[in-house]
Formats: sequence, C-alpha cells, structure tokens
Amino acid sequence: MELMMSIAVGILFMVGVYLILTRSLLRIILGTSLLTHAVHLLLLTMARLKKGAPPLLGEHASAYTDPVPAALILTSIVISFGVTSFFFVLAYKAYQKLKTDDMEQLRGDEGE
Amino acid sequence: MLSILHAAIILPFILAAGMPLLKRLPGKPHPGWAVMLAPAVLFVYFLKQIPIVQSGNDIVAALPWITSLGIEFSVQLDGLSLLFTLLISGIGTLVVLYSIFYMDKEKEAVHRFYVYLLLFMGAMLGVVLSDNLIVLYGFWELTSISSFLLIAFWHHRERSRYGAFKSMLITVFGGLAMLAGFVLVYLMTGTFSVREILQNTGIIAGHPLMLPALLLVLLGAFTKSAQFPFHIWLPDAMEAPTPVSAYLHSATMVKAGLYLVARFTPVFSGQAAWFWLVSGVGLITLIFGSFKAIKQTDLKAMLAFSTISQLGLIMALLGLGSASGYYTDVQQSLFYSKATMAAIFHLMNHAVFKGALFMVVGIVDHETGTRDIRKLGGLMSIMPVTFTVAAIGALSMAGIPPFGGFLSKEMFFTAVLNAREMGIWSMDTWSSLFPVIAWAASVFTFAYSMVLLVRTFAGKFKPEQLKLQPHEAPVGMLIPPVIMAALALVFGLFPGLLSYSLIEPAMAAVLPGLLGPGEKFLVSIEFWHGWTPEVFMTLGVIGAGILVFVLQPKVKALNSTGSARFSLNGVYDSGLRTLERSSKWLTDKYMTGSVRHYLIYIFTFLVVVLGAIMLAFDGFSLDSSSYAPVTVYEAAILLALIIAAIAVPFANSRLLAIILTGAVGYMVSLFFVIFRAPDLALTQLIVETVSVTLFLLCFYHLPKLKKELTVLKFKLTNFLISLGVGLMVTLIALSALSAGNSHPFESISKFFLEASYTLAGGKNVVNVILVDFRGFDTMLEIVVLGIASLGIYAMIRLSLNEKQEQLPPGAGFNKQSGGRLVSVRSNDVILRMTSRVAMFIILTFSWYLFFAGHNNPGGGFIGGLMTSAALVLLAIAFGLDVMRSIVPLNFRKVMASGLLIAFLTGLGSLWFGVPFLSHAFGHEYLPILGEVELATAVIFDLGVYLTVVGVTMTIILEIGRDR
Repeated sequence: MELMMSIAVGILFMVGVYLILTRSLLRIILGTSLLTHAVHLLLLTMARLKKGAPPLLGEHASAYTDPVPAALILTSIVISFGVTSFFFVLAYKAYQKLKTDDMEQLRGDEGE
Repeated sequence: MLSILHAAIILPFILAAGMPLLKRLPGKPHPGWAVMLAPAVLFVYFLKQIPIVQSGNDIVAALPWITSLGIEFSVQLDGLSLLFTLLISGIGTLVVLYSIFYMDKEKEAVHRFYVYLLLFMGAMLGVVLSDNLIVLYGFWELTSISSFLLIAFWHHRERSRYGAFKSMLITVFGGLAMLAGFVLVYLMTGTFSVREILQNTGIIAGHPLMLPALLLVLLGAFTKSAQFPFHIWLPDAMEAPTPVSAYLHSATMVKAGLYLVARFTPVFSGQAAWFWLVSGVGLITLIFGSFKAIKQTDLKAMLAFSTISQLGLIMALLGLGSASGYYTDVQQSLFYSKATMAAIFHLMNHAVFKGALFMVVGIVDHETGTRDIRKLGGLMSIMPVTFTVAAIGALSMAGIPPFGGFLSKEMFFTAVLNAREMGIWSMDTWSSLFPVIAWAASVFTFAYSMVLLVRTFAGKFKPEQLKLQPHEAPVGMLIPPVIMAALALVFGLFPGLLSYSLIEPAMAAVLPGLLGPGEKFLVSIEFWHGWTPEVFMTLGVIGAGILVFVLQPKVKALNSTGSARFSLNGVYDSGLRTLERSSKWLTDKYMTGSVRHYLIYIFTFLVVVLGAIMLAFDGFSLDSSSYAPVTVYEAAILLALIIAAIAVPFANSRLLAIILTGAVGYMVSLFFVIFRAPDLALTQLIVETVSVTLFLLCFYHLPKLKKELTVLKFKLTNFLISLGVGLMVTLIALSALSAGNSHPFESISKFFLEASYTLAGGKNVVNVILVDFRGFDTMLEIVVLGIASLGIYAMIRLSLNEKQEQLPPGAGFNKQSGGRLVSVRSNDVILRMTSRVAMFIILTFSWYLFFAGHNNPGGGFIGGLMTSAALVLLAIAFGLDVMRSIVPLNFRKVMASGLLIAFLTGLGSLWFGVPFLSHAFGHEYLPILGEVELATAVIFDLGVYLTVVGVTMTIILEIGRDR
C-alpha cells in the first residue's frame, strides 16, 4: 500500500508542478489544489497506513493510527480552502483589470 | 539582573518611544525641554559614579540573553567608559538645549528629530558601556543608523541623502569588518566578554588569527573615526543640522573608533602592527585633515576636516601609548604611557572646544544665513558673545595658552619627542619623522583656526552678501557654547580637576597591565616645565602659523580645493556606480519578471540539491517489509485518483478541469476513510463541497481555458521539471518509510495518545491536539483564515467602489440585495422543497458534530464548515435576500467574535496563573443529559466554529455579490 501511495503522491506532485508552470491562471490554481492533496496524502503515508483504529480513545482498541499527521492535515485543509479562494478572487480580479490570464503577459516589465 | 547601568542605556530609548505622547501635550511646548531631562539626569548619575570608579571598583552587571552563544547583555563602568558616558550625557544636555533654539518647532519635524537623537544617545551609551562584544556591535551599528537618519534629516535635499548614504555605507562596512574581528577574537579566547578577553591576552599574542583580528577591528575603528582614507564621509555628514554635527560628528560618535582602539589597547598593545597602524594612520590623518581644512570656504566643512585631523591626533597618541605594552621595564613603560594620558586629555579638550566652535558656526549660519567665509566678516561687534566663544574655541584648538588645548598639544609634542627613543620596530629609522609631522600639522591647525576666527569675525562687514540681518543669538542658544568655552578655559587653568577624577581612571582602563594592585598613574599636567623643546615647538607653530595664515589667500596650494581629476570621493562615487550597474546587470539576468522562471529555479534547486544530498549520503533505500496490504477496492480508488489527476492538464474546458480536480479531492477523502482518519474525511468532504460552490461562483469571472499555444520546448521543460519533482518526492517518501523501519527515535504520537484523556479529558485525539495541545497553532491558523477572508473582502469591495464612483450618484446600485447569487437562484421546485428540510438536518448535524468533537469525530472546524454548507444551500435555493432575512448576521462580525472568544479563552488561563491557552476540564452530572464533560477547550472550539462560519460565509457571499 505504501509503495502505491508513494507513487500516487509522486504523480500528484508531478501534475501539480506541471500545472503551476503553465501560463493560465486557472490551471495554476488547480495545480496548487492538487499539490495540497499530494502533501496531505504524503503526510498520511509517512505515518504508516492502517496500523490501528482511528485515534478515538472511546474505541478501546489495542492500537491507534497516528493522530499527529491527522491534526496537521486538518489544519492544512481548512487553510488551503482559505488560500485557494483568495487565489481565485485574486486571479479573476487580475483578469478583470488586466484583461489577460496569461502569466507571460502578466510578467513585470522594466521599471514597473 | 537589570541594573541601573542597563536602565541608563534604556532610558533614552524609552523617552524616544514616548515621543508621540509629547506631541499631544496641550500648548505644544518644544519637546526639547523634556528630552533634555534624559541626558541631564544621566550626567548627574555618572558624575556621582566618579568616586566609585576612581577607587578602582568597576561597576559590572549582566543580563543573560543568548547564553548558549556566549552573548549576554553585560555592562561595565570603568574609567574609560565613565569618561565617554560623561561626554555623551554632558554634551548631550548642552546640545539638546542648543537645539531647542536652533530647531524651530513650527517649521521642523522636531519630534522626529529628537527620536533619532535619543536613539543615538542610547546606542552610544550602549557602545561605551557594553562588556559583551556582540552587544557592543549591535549598539555600534545602531549609532550608524541613527547617524544616517540624522544626516538625512532634511531628506528633501539631495546632498543630505547623499551624505547620509555615504556615511552609512562606510561606517557599516567598517562595522561588519569589526564584527568579523570580534568573532576571530571569540575563536581565540572563547568569550565575547571584554573583561574575560583582557585576562586572556596571552593566548591572543602569539595566535595566528591575531593579525587578521587586529586588522578587522581597526577597520571598524578607522571607518567610524573618519581616519584616512575613510574620512570622506565626514565632510558630507555636515549636511546634518548643526546640533547633530556638534554632537555626533565631533564630540561623540566619531570618537567611538577611538574608544574601540582604547578598549582594545590592552589586547593588542605591544604588537608592532598595532603600533604602526594606529599611530601611522593617525598621523597621516592628522596632517592631511589639517592641510585640507585650510582650503575650505564653508565653515562647517572646515570644522569637519579639523575634526578629522584632531581625531587623527588622538588616534596617533593612542598608538604611541600602546608601545608601553611592549616594555617589561616599568620605568620605560610609564615613559611612553604619557602619550595615552595626552590622548585622553586631548579627547576631552577637543570635545569641549570643537563643540563650542560647531555651535558658534551654527549661530553664525542661523543669524546670517550663510557659512561661506568669503561672504562673512566683521561680525565681532555685532555678535560679541559669539565672538568671544569662537575666540576661546579657536585658540584652544590652535594650542595657545591658557586654554586646555595648549596643555594637550604640549603633551602631544612630548609624546612624539619621546617616541624617538623607542628603538624598536624599526622606529630608529622613522621616529624622527614623528615630531616633524606633528609640528607641521600643528602649524596648519593654527592657521585654519585663525582663518576661522578672523575671516568670520574680523575684517570688513559685508551685509549685502548676507541673506539675513545678523544680530546676537538668543540667550538659550548662547548658554551651551558659553559653558563649553568656559570649560575650555577651566581645563586649561585647572587641569588638576581632571587629573585623578577622570584621566587617571581612564588610563588605568587603557593600560591595566602597568599597574600593580592599589597603584595609580602619576598624572601631573602643568603649564611650565622650563625651556623645553616643546616650548620652542609651540613658539615655532605660532610663527609659522601666522605666516601660513597670511600667505593663504595668495598661495594657490593653500586655497585651491584640489584637483578634481583624482580624489578619494571620485573613487568612492565611481566605485559605487560600477557596483550598482553591475549588480543591476546581474539581477536582470535572472530576475526576469516571469513567475514561471522563478518557479523553475525553485523546483530545479529542490530536485538537484535534494537529489545530490540524498545520493551523497546514500539516502535512497527501499524496504518493503512492513507495508500494509492492498485490497482491490483501494487499488481501484487509487487508479481513479491517478487518472483524474493526469487528465487535468489535458482538460480543454474550465468545467472539466474543475470537476476533475474535485474528483481528486473526493478520492482523497475516501482515502482518509480507508486510512482511519474520520475527522479528515469529514472535513475534506465538506470543504470539497463548499469549494465546488466557490469554483462555480468564480467561474463566471474567469476566461475560458485556451489551448496552451506554446512551443514544444516550453512544454518539455515543464514536463521534465515536474517529472523530476514527482520522482524525487516518491523516492524520498519511500526512503523515509524504509528509514522509519529502524525507529531512529520515539514518535511524539505516543504522548498524545496517552495524555489525551488524562491531561485534556478528550477522547478524540486529533481534536484534542487541535484545541488543547497545539491550541496556539490553531488560534493563529484561524487568524490566517480571517485575514484571507478580509483580503478577499477588500479586493472585491475595492473594485465595487470604483464602479460605484463611475456611476452617477444615486444610480441604482442596490447595496444590500446583491448580485449574482440571485440570478443563480434555482427555480427548481424540488431543490427548494428538499433543501427546506435538508437545511435543518444539516444544521442540526453540524451542531452535533461541533459538540461531539471532543470525544468523537467532529469539532469546531468541521461543525463550522457544515453550518456554512447549510447556509450556502439556503442561499442557492432561495436566493441571497431570503438567506439574509433568515440569518441577519454580519459574517465579518461573526468571524471577529469567534477570534475574540478563542483569544479570551486563551487569556482566561492567565487568570488562573497558568500559561496562555491552558485548558481545564471536569465531568459534571447534569439533569436529563447525564454525565457531561465541561471543558474550556469547548469554548475555544466555539471560537474556532464561529470563525470558520464567518470566514466561509464572508468569502462565498462576497464572491457571490461581485458582478
């Protein structure tokens, strides 16, 4: 499982980075979303998979999965929601003002 | 422990911080009156320390700071420090008094001026009182910065900015070199404490790092004290207001370099390099400065070169005095220590007469509107008091009895004459040059002193060339220079006042090795020693000086300001230009303005550096022994996830790309379920749902996806880089998993699992970590969320306002009912009917999730998101107005109150004497509900809940409102 997950994470990273390097703002935003997913799965995988019950002590299980990555990821999900929405608004506001979403045209010129 | 000495350093800073309050005072008194209190109080305090220091007891106090690096805020007050603190506070008091009349509170930004001045005062006290070299360095740079700010005080003038920048560059360059020198000293001795270093001078003496350390420390001292060839910043620093020039650029800051040399004399004395550099550079500066001073036509420039020259004189004396560290025979050592005595005495004399002269020039400038000696003249009868002060100052500077300057000039001659007998370090060849240079420089000094005095105050009065009608300055402006002039006279007539109170303790600090316990230096300064060579030298100076003064207007060498073809300033200017041009060229090479390029650098760096390090340390490994098994179901989801992800770059429509990304998100939440992270699965599901709404709203505003019309090379680069990153991540993940098999260290997760219930009373460990163990992180996280939502709010409102301005006033832009969510409003009857029911179910469920959070999956984040989802559903089904009428809340206020609750819960724990955000919990029996757990963590979670609702709704509603 860990092997497969690592490969999947690698693929998600690859697609995410590829999208970020493209010229369209929308693709870049989607790329960051995919990167976020990739990071979450990576964190989870690093803690080993399926090694026990959910970290709810009411379960009285003999082993629990690692709660630390879960806590980290929970934080990250909510933050990335905020950041993604910010990106979105920034992107379409930039588009409305500058009439382009092409990063090559958005690049700063001399003296700007 | 914080001592009074620490407080003395901090006092000016506190006063500077309180300056804005002074601005609010009724009646707007000049802030200088309040500011003057600080140096005055400090002066009295330091005066009272004289008997203690005199008896040989240094005052020492330490305040731990970064102890692991040997850095502590330790201070000491010995004879040398005391001398400087008295200069700083004493002259500081007079300068502030003077500035009250110089700086017009109506026309100038006086508050800002005093903030900078106090900043300098505190920093300078810090320099001379610090025992720790790193702390000393910090204060040292702070003096450079405050000097920069003060020189550029009239920053609308181009010359001021130029001068400020120049002084900053040169002194900070020297400061950095000095820091490197300090680090080398630390490497040799293992301590940053000056007192401890002085006990280890033996280690330094023969150490291979000694010479580099010596050179670097001296570089700091020479740049700060404007020694040749670094002196070029000082004349340009004269653009500062005159009180600043009098204070920083003559009496105190430029003497920091002298202080440093004096402070390090016990460390490096007896070294040939130290002796030659300090005295040699000092002498060159002395003659060069005095020669340049004659040629100046601007009074302040003349004083600037004069200061440079006098600083060189003191520097040279310190160098000559350091020779006494070479000799083991006490009699010989004492013989050469006379130079150090002269240095200390002249330091005080110079501060006094130069301070007086600067203030005089300030008065002349203030009253006549010019400082050009070609326009001035004949002011003697118009400004008699100013003239008297100027005469005393100039005569003291020229070395004429009965003023202090005469005595120290005589001692200087004695020192250079003594140097002829040294016979070490090839002094036998060169020593006869010393008296010659000293004598010649004194001749020039005499000459420019006369130029300054005579050209300004005697001769013909030329009122037609002056901007203002000159008259005597106001009394307040005259008091400080009169006091200084009086001191110049007192120092001359009664040098005994200083002998054992200040000079002897300072000498003991500079040359501690010469004295046995309980011994004292013999300090006797007298007017008359008989017909000694010094007397003849002085007579010669007067004769030749008068000659130079008379010849000055006629001989070109004495009045032309030098060739423009080659000058140190030219070197500095063109060097700076070349530096700017080449760094711009270099930066333009890689700072292309394209975000993509920057990302390529970052990603390539990541791949190359990580890969290289992993390879170098043989980090890649694969150990599949403990992997979890895979079921077909999981494999299928994974496949779906990969396919969806890979399809995103190929999607040609916006909708498809968004849906595919969403699909990845939902797959990820399925994995959260499989990997037993229920909280994550819930969160991810709701976030994905809310995100889709958000995407669809933004969708309207974004352009259609164009097919990427780019060349293959562009795509190939992108592909290769992303492939590299993906590969690297996979390899590192696998290697980390293999490395983890050997359990190199205990995971902290065990602690959380064990302590979750016993310490925090919660069974959902993830939630307990969020609200309790790592509550502070969570609090800052919701702050970030809040900022993001306000950012969105601002971006949208900003352009809304622009549009409103374009519309004619009163044109129908309905602020309340907003926007496009109305048009999105569904006409679907089924949706409206079901959502009526569903909404309540979702809301109830969200509250359940919120309350369950501490023990079961759920919590503030999840509950908050769920509630927002319900509200969004309501808005979509019935339109924004209906939603507003049902939930009449300002969601920004909801967010703010959430943040406030979270913060107050955290503060509440302080009330019980425990650290910020400590939670308490208890299990109570309540009727009907049975045993219920009450935890303050729940209140904190309520804050999180409200913030999340507020943030999400603000974002969604604002985007929905935007047209």
